[in-house]
Amino acid sequence: MNGTLRRKVISALFVGACALAVVAALVPLAFILFFVASQGLQAISLEFFTGTPKPVGEPGGGMANAIVGTLMLVGLAALFALPIGIMTGIYLSEYSGGRFSSAVRFATDTLNGVPSIVIGVFAYGVAVLPFRQFSALAGGMALGIMMIPIIARTTEELLLLVPGAMREGALALGASRARAVFTVIVPAALPGIVTGVVLALARVAGETAPLLFTSFNNRFFSTSLTEPVSSITVQVFTYAISPYEDWHRQAWAGALVLVTIVFVCSLLARLATARVARIRD
Amino acid sequence: MVESAPPPAHAVPVVPRVTPTRDAGAAIGDNPVKVDVKGLSFYYGAKRALDSLTLQMRANLVTAFIGPSGCGKSTFLRTLNRMNDIIPGARVEGEALVDGRNIYAPNVDVVELRRRVGMVFQKSNPFPKSIFENVAYGVRINRLVRSRAELTQRVEESLRSAALWDEVKDRLHDSALALSGGQQQRLCIARALAVRPEILLMDEPASALDPIATQRIEELIYGLKAEYTIVIVTHNMQQAARVSDHTAFFWLGRLVEYDRTDRIFTAPAEKLTEDYVTGRFG
Repeated sequence: MNGTLRRKVISALFVGACALAVVAALVPLAFILFFVASQGLQAISLEFFTGTPKPVGEPGGGMANAIVGTLMLVGLAALFALPIGIMTGIYLSEYSGGRFSSAVRFATDTLNGVPSIVIGVFAYGVAVLPFRQFSALAGGMALGIMMIPIIARTTEELLLLVPGAMREGALALGASRARAVFTVIVPAALPGIVTGVVLALARVAGETAPLLFTSFNNRFFSTSLTEPVSSITVQVFTYAISPYEDWHRQAWAGALVLVTIVFVCSLLARLATARVARIRD
Repeated sequence: MVESAPPPAHAVPVVPRVTPTRDAGAAIGDNPVKVDVKGLSFYYGAKRALDSLTLQMRANLVTAFIGPSGCGKSTFLRTLNRMNDIIPGARVEGEALVDGRNIYAPNVDVVELRRRVGMVFQKSNPFPKSIFENVAYGVRINRLVRSRAELTQRVEESLRSAALWDEVKDRLHDSALALSGGQQQRLCIARALAVRPEILLMDEPASALDPIATQRIEELIYGLKAEYTIVIVTHNMQQAARVSDHTAFFWLGRLVEYDRTDRIFTAPAEKLTEDYVTGRFG
C-alpha cells in the first residue's frame, strides 16, 4: 500500500469512528425521550395536574402537590443562591486579586463537585435536625447550595467577557468603581447571567438525592415553608420503586413533566444566549 | 496599552543623545496655562515609562502628542485624568497641575477630576444601551441636571456638538451598537462632552476609522477647541499637523521637543524630531 492511500484510509477510519461515537452519545438521549414521551403521554391527563395522590388501588390522582412543591423548592433555592452567587461572581471578576480569586475559584469548583447526597446530608444536619422537622426551607437550602457555585462561576466568566474598554469608558465619565460595575458592566453581561441562572435552576429542579431527607415528601397539598413538601423528583422516585402498576404510570407522567420543564428552560437559555452573541458583535 | 518595545535599532540611523533644553516644555503663546506638568515620571512596577516630563498646555488650544509606538504618549495622556490608577503596580512621581491644583495631591477626588478631564479612547466603547442613555450616562451619575427636560436638552446639545444629532435624532432610543464605527466614536465624544469637561483627552480617536469618518472627527476637534482644552495622541503626523496648535514629540518616555505645530513640522530644533517627522523612523 502506498503512503497516500494508507493515509486516506486511516483518515476515513478515524472520521468513521468519530461519527459512530456521536451516534453512541445521542442514542441514550433518543431512547430516554422516546420512552418518557410514549409512556408519559399515556398516563398524563388533566387530573394529573390538578389532583393529589390517591391511595393504592384507587385509580386516578395526580401530582399537583409535587409540581407546586418543585416550583417552591426551586424558587427558594433561587432566593437563597442568586444574591450570594451573583455577588461572589462580581467580587471575583471586579475586585479580588489573582491569588485570592484562584483560591475561591478552586473552592467553588470543589463545591460544584460535591455529590448532591452529601449536600443533602449537610442540609439535614443544619436545617432539619435542629428543628426536628423536614421542611421546604431545608430542601430549598440544599438546592440553593448546589446552585451557588454554578451561578458564581457563570457570573464571573460573563463579567470577564465584558471588554475592559467599557469599564474605562464608565470610569472616564466620573463613575466610581462600584457605579461602573452596577450601571454598565453587570447590565452588559445580564442576558448571559440570566441564561446561566436558568440553566442552574433547570439543573437543580431535577435533583432527588438532596431532597430525600430535607424536604422529604408530602402526600397532601402544602405550601407551608416549615412543613415537608412533595417534589416531582422524589414523587417519581417513590412511585417508581413501588410494586404498583398504577403508580408506575404516574411516575412516567411525572418524568415527562420534569423533562419538559428542563427542556423548555434550556431552550429559553439557548435563545437568550444567541441574542447576547448578536449584541456582542 | 503601552507597547514596551523600543523602535528596532536599524530603523534609527543616528540616535542623538536626547538633551532637551531646560524649558523644552514651557508654554507657548498667550492663552492661560490649563495643564502644568512638572517633572512627572511614571512607572509600571520597576519599569520607568515616563521620564521626568515637564510641559505646559494652554487653554482652548489643541495640543498633539506624537512619537513612535512605546514612546509613552498614551501613558502620559492617561496620567492627566488618572486612568492609570487602575493598573496594578503603577506609580507616579512629580506633579501635574490642572488650573494650578496638583491632581496627584492626596486629597484629590478622582471622580471629580475625571468629570473635569474627559477622555475619548482609541477604540469607540459605547455602552450596550440606547444612544440617548449613552450620552445621558455621565450626566446622570454625576447628577448634573435636575429634570428630565434638562437632561433631554443636554443630550441634544452634546450630540449636536459632536456633529451626530442629524444622523441619530430619529432613533435616539435605538441601541448605540447599531451605529457605524465613525458614528460610535462621535457618540463617545458626545458622551464625554455631555458632562461638560474643561479638558478633553483623545487617545488616537480616529485610528480605527476610515478617511471620511476621520475627516469628520478632525473637523469636530477643530470646532471644539473654542470651548475645550484638547489634548490628542496621534500616530498620524498629517493629522497632528492639521488639527493641532502645539505639538509635543516623545521618544522613549522623554519629551524631546515641544513647540508650535508649524515649527515642529517645518523647522524642528532637534535632529531626532526632524528624523521622526520626515519619516526616517517610527
